[in-house]
This record gives sequence, C-alpha cells and structure tokens, in this order.
Amino acid sequence: MKIDVLYFAWIRERIGEPRERVDTGASTVRGLVNQLIARDERYAAALSDLSSYRVAADQELVDFDHKLEHVREVAFFPPMTGG
Amino acid sequence: MLIRIQPEPFDLARLLDGFGAGAGAVVTFSGLVRDDTGTMVALELEHYPGMTEKAVTDIAAKAQARWNLIDLAVIHRYGRLPVGEAIMCVATAARHRAEAFEAAEYLMDYLKSRAPFWKREIGPDGPGQWVAAKDADEDALSRWG
Repeated sequence: MKIDVLYFAWIRERIGEPRERVDTGASTVRGLVNQLIARDERYAAALSDLSSYRVAADQELVDFDHKLEHVREVAFFPPMTGG
Repeated sequence: MLIRIQPEPFDLARLLDGFGAGAGAVVTFSGLVRDDTGTMVALELEHYPGMTEKAVTDIAAKAQARWNLIDLAVIHRYGRLPVGEAIMCVATAARHRAEAFEAAEYLMDYLKSRAPFWKREIGPDGPGQWVAAKDADEDALSRWG
C-alpha cells in the first residue's frame, strides 16, 4: 500500500523533505512510524519522541493507533501554534 | 460565514463593512506579530494547505452553531509576516455581547491549538527558533467541554 507522507516545521527540517510516497505494510500509524524510524537517524531524530508531535490521517487529527486502511495521506507535525 | 487562509494583508474595516446585519453585538479580535526577543524582524508561518481550511471551517461551524451566531469571519495569514502586522482576525456577530465575546474566545482558543499553523521567529540573521506550543493553550480548550 502506498501512502503520501507529509512533514511540517522542524520535523520537515530534520527529515529534509516536505513529503514523500511510502510503500508500507503497516496497519496503524504507530507501525508506519516504526518503519520510518528504522530507515536512518534523520527519521529517528524527527519521530522517536511520540509526545513531541501530532499526526493527521487524511487531514484529520488522529492518535498513533489509528488504522491506515483506506488512508491516502498521513502528516507528521509539531503541536500547532496558530492564532 | 467567511473563512480566508491567505498570505496577503487584510483590511479589517473593509471586512466589517456590512458584517453582521441584524446583530446587536459584533466582537473582533486581531492577533499581531509581537517581537518576543527584542531583535525579531518577522514571523514565518508555515501551514498545511487543505487541512488548514478544513480545520478552520470546522472550528468556525462549531462556534456558529453553539452561540447561534448571526455572522462570523476568520482570516488567517501565512508566510513571512513583519513585526507589527496582523497575523489573523476573528469577527463574531450575535444578538447579545456575551455570545459574541464567548464565541470569539472559543475561536481563538481552538485556532491556537487545532489549526495547523507553525510559527518561527525570523531575526536579523535569518530564521531562528520555532515557537513552541504552550501547555496553557492546550489546557484552555478544556473549559469548552
């Protein structure tokens, strides 16, 4: 299954890309995170501390147990600072 | 209901022309770029195109329903915004001022912590720190149930 994965703010900077297409067999967001962290230290530096960032699946905030079935786009970003 | 996510400056007076016809109270709030370090020249706001519009529209629709607003507007900018310029504004129109004030506060609380924007300080030498989210901002949401 191929998913568009997006990164924002300091997560984007640590990984070095704003987005990429990831081929994954992961069934949950947590599984996808583990797959990415195992790639190399850039991903580990960006995504290892689960408490430091948020996740959206198809542009809705979700938790790490969210199922990836039918999901087309996952985004990782720091806690938001709007307003 | 007017929602705009844009890089350009906006004209609050123009926005309010004809806004909230029939209302007894209109409340507006504007957020400006503040120099927190003494040497800041601008804020850079990154956002998540697509999700930003959805999240802001969702927050606005909830406020409109909860306070039975006659009208509501949210403009939020992104990109490089110099110190002193407006980042965003909300306007609420209701029959009475309590509803208009409360709805504006609700909008601000949710926009701060649930609209996908990220701020970074720009100093004289270029990009500096990302602005960290505050626990107090997250806690502020709990008062709305």
